[in-house]
Amino acid sequence: MTAILEVRQLVREYPMGEERVAALRGVTFDVDAGDYAAIVGPSGCGKSTLLNLLGVIDRPTSGTVSIAGERVDQLSDARATEFRLRRIGFVFQRFYLMQALTARENVELPLAEAGLKGAARRERARALLDYVGLGARERHRPSQLSGGEQQRVAIARALANAPTIVLADEPTGELDARTGAEMIALFERLNADGTTIVVVTHDEDLAGAARRVIHMRDGSVVGDERAR
Amino acid sequence: MLFTLAAASLMRHRARTVLAVLGVAVSAAMLLDMVMLSSGMRVSFRTLLVSQGFQLRVSPKGTLPFDTEATIRDGDSLVALLHVRRGVQAVSPVFGGQLHLSTPRGIVASSALGVIPAVEGDYELVDGRQPVNSNEMVANDALLTATGLRVGDTVRAGSGYDSQLRSLAGERALRIVGRARFVYMAKEQKGAALPIATFRAMHGRESDGRISLAMVRLAPGQDAEAERAALEALFPRVTVISIATALKGVDERLVYFKQIAVILGAVSLVVGFLLVTTLVTVSVNERIGEIAVMRAIGVRRWRIVAQIVLESSAMMLVASPLGLVLGLVTARYLNSILANFPGLPDRIDFFLFQPSAAWTSLGLLGLSGVLAGIYPSWRCASLPIATTLRQEAVG
Repeated sequence: MTAILEVRQLVREYPMGEERVAALRGVTFDVDAGDYAAIVGPSGCGKSTLLNLLGVIDRPTSGTVSIAGERVDQLSDARATEFRLRRIGFVFQRFYLMQALTARENVELPLAEAGLKGAARRERARALLDYVGLGARERHRPSQLSGGEQQRVAIARALANAPTIVLADEPTGELDARTGAEMIALFERLNADGTTIVVVTHDEDLAGAARRVIHMRDGSVVGDERAR
Repeated sequence: MLFTLAAASLMRHRARTVLAVLGVAVSAAMLLDMVMLSSGMRVSFRTLLVSQGFQLRVSPKGTLPFDTEATIRDGDSLVALLHVRRGVQAVSPVFGGQLHLSTPRGIVASSALGVIPAVEGDYELVDGRQPVNSNEMVANDALLTATGLRVGDTVRAGSGYDSQLRSLAGERALRIVGRARFVYMAKEQKGAALPIATFRAMHGRESDGRISLAMVRLAPGQDAEAERAALEALFPRVTVISIATALKGVDERLVYFKQIAVILGAVSLVVGFLLVTTLVTVSVNERIGEIAVMRAIGVRRWRIVAQIVLESSAMMLVASPLGLVLGLVTARYLNSILANFPGLPDRIDFFLFQPSAAWTSLGLLGLSGVLAGIYPSWRCASLPIATTLRQEAVG
């Protein structure tokens, strides 16, 4: 398999008063194209910090991150924005949908930003909502949708520009058990359809559904196991 | 989509948006009024000067027309010389003074102008006809109201009145043949006009040949400034005033008005700007997480700035027509107060609506709307995405 994500000796330190606190201490791993990796570990172990660096919304203190062969750890702001738009799909714990927009318009947002116009954009957004099982709810606003439905819209939005990799931060964290299970199934389907997924989670069920589980502690990778 | 997000953001807190729009409208009204004030008096004075078609005014040396009681002694000779100058189309001599009318209501004093009715440029006939005969006069409404006289009445009049002897000097019987509106007189000022020969005769022999003012109409294409300079060189005992020099004098007298208008206009613009900046800042701070998410999913920074600038500009855009209406109403009211300023011609407006004033105000407001949105939006769109999202999640 080809590594789509390459992380090498990644260090992220934050200033705290006169001292510097290390959130990541030399993390190294690869993720292959089409893989489904769950990053697990106790709170404060550096999972979200790692995800931010993989998602190019933060810069490491040292070390490198390459996605699809491109170094992304030192991109300019404009280039990083472009990279996120076309190569990365984000799914957040709190969904973070635009409350003023309908489900379809939320999905259209990154499509519009990528330059897709009019009917083609609407068609693509509808297809994605159908894919996540919300075709009938395209005109609903986030406030009219349940938590699970909102997360499905967020997933459709993440898939909008056919990203190289989908990064999810505690995607089941705000959902009840039944909705969480539906979300796990959706992630499995996504991955089965060829999407590379890296998910940060405390949810054992979600981690259990992944093909690979990366264990972290105190800013380091302490275990990396593949599902049998 | 940009419009949808901007509109939704404004509608999210309707009451707040409406109050801000009203605040900006008040500030826009004041700005418009100040822009109107800064140029209104000058423009309306210029309109007044050109309205009668005379480009030059010749008055006694060192005086403005009717600023003093000074007269030009050899006025008739001057007028004759002016008449023969090439490029001079018409000359209208004026002899100004007081006219006392003996009426059933008592003696009423009025300002009066001795003119040549065929070329006069001091009044407009509203009713009746010109005083072409030596025993005729026209009067304005203020004089007719004060005396109770009407067009067609004959009245005893004199150039002076001795209250002890109760006699009129240079007494004549004059018939009122027309009702006139005097363009350079104040609103409540009583005014009359009669043939210059009659009026000078009423003032006695010492007034023979004298004029207070001569208005000169130049032929089309004549350079008024060059003619003004030539006449002053030719007649050293007079002052020749062109419209440009008159406006220069007005500018000098109005310099404080202009300064006040500029300062108050700038203050109202700054107030409007701060109001919108504050509202946009508050609104942006409430949406800081939303904006960080937009950045995270790849929305470009300038697009977020554009969306927020659109919001602030929309507020200015909605407030502008409201401000325009409010400004015009306020200007009309203030104008009616200032119209009673003593000695000011009826037709002078302090606040004169001109499309350029409205465009200037709208342009300044639009610009301040854009500027008001740029800083808070740029600041917010430049926040570190990861840190902002973490803080939002904790919050």
